[in-house]
Amino acid sequence: MSKILGSVSTSHIPSIGKAIALKLQQDAYWKPFFDGFHKVHSWIAEQKPDVVVVVYNDHGLNFFLDKMPTFAIGAADSYATADEGWGIATIAPVAGDPKLSWAIIESVVEDEFDVVTCQEMLIDHAVTIPLQLLWPDQVPPPVKIVPVCINTVQHPLPTAKRCLDFGKAIGRAINAYGSNQKVMVLSTGGLSHQLDGERAGFINAEFDAECLQALINTPEDLTRYSIHQLVELSGTQGVEVLNWIVGRGILGARAEELHRNYHIPISNTASAIQVLQAV
Amino acid sequence: MTTHHSIPGTVPFGPAEAMKGYALNRMCYSFNADDCRKAFLADEEAYMARYHLNDQQKAAVRARNVLQMIAVGGNAYYLAKLAGIFGLNMQDIGAQQTGKSVDKFKAYLQSFASKNEMVMKGGKNV
Repeated sequence: MSKILGSVSTSHIPSIGKAIALKLQQDAYWKPFFDGFHKVHSWIAEQKPDVVVVVYNDHGLNFFLDKMPTFAIGAADSYATADEGWGIATIAPVAGDPKLSWAIIESVVEDEFDVVTCQEMLIDHAVTIPLQLLWPDQVPPPVKIVPVCINTVQHPLPTAKRCLDFGKAIGRAINAYGSNQKVMVLSTGGLSHQLDGERAGFINAEFDAECLQALINTPEDLTRYSIHQLVELSGTQGVEVLNWIVGRGILGARAEELHRNYHIPISNTASAIQVLQAV
Repeated sequence: MTTHHSIPGTVPFGPAEAMKGYALNRMCYSFNADDCRKAFLADEEAYMARYHLNDQQKAAVRARNVLQMIAVGGNAYYLAKLAGIFGLNMQDIGAQQTGKSVDKFKAYLQSFASKNEMVMKGGKNV
């Protein structure tokens, strides 16, 4: 059976991509953020994942408002990147694992999560930046991916409870999958930030702290919040924490927090990193 | 449609905005392609007409005014592609929407940094 190792969750702020391209990791502004990945790198080196399930939201590269799936799962053998319009460099395509993708799709649909399946899917900065952060010297990274895209763009968004349950269903699918692959979860986005409106620049460190704490072993606590409350507490784009909630669901009942980094500000965002080991 | 109490300075992008802003967001989505960005820059009016923007949407784009664009249904994720054409980053956009100078807006973001330690310490397993 395949084994779920744990998860890395990280912000996916576009300007990180520019900082990587310009090699600004040691720059005073960026160092507190990039230094947060040293422990992530050693954990990954020790765990050696084969496959990464990436839970993220698309920002208008693969999906537009013409067709906006609530949950979509990639089932391709390769995922290309493309121009997103504002200058971030594209990277080489990332290998997929269609067999695992379809095993997850079959299992979650059986579990009544009627996902959209994508045999062609462009991945945007919400996938590529975290992969570059985790494997800075290896592009493409030495893993296969299964992209899981959550609608955090157009309301109605899936509820926090639905997201947690969806994650649990993916976790059951991986646990039942007959391979000896080691699977890591990578959840991206957040934490609190708001790009639009007169409240632009909104950040809520207290709520982020509550989320980080709950994500360890009491993610159900976050399901009491409505989407509207999550927007109010974390910002219009802070709702990307839904991706983290899905990712946490995949891990199963118990997890141990091995590492956390939290740094305000990166661009307009409270950046965060959390490593949870499944126990 | 579900109604909620309003969040000051915040427009969650829901069904009303999705319908109202469709043409504007569709135009912004096209800016993923370099030739579309060039076509917009070459003839902005013709490009907006091609995407059937209404008069309010055209006015918001002409004014380069993000709050106006949101009022006519613009979504942040797509508007970012338009902002990119003009070389504006998220601090420029934030400053414009909050009526601050870019330096003041950056200082506002920086003011939250005093909370970093609190959140880090919350992580200690006690």
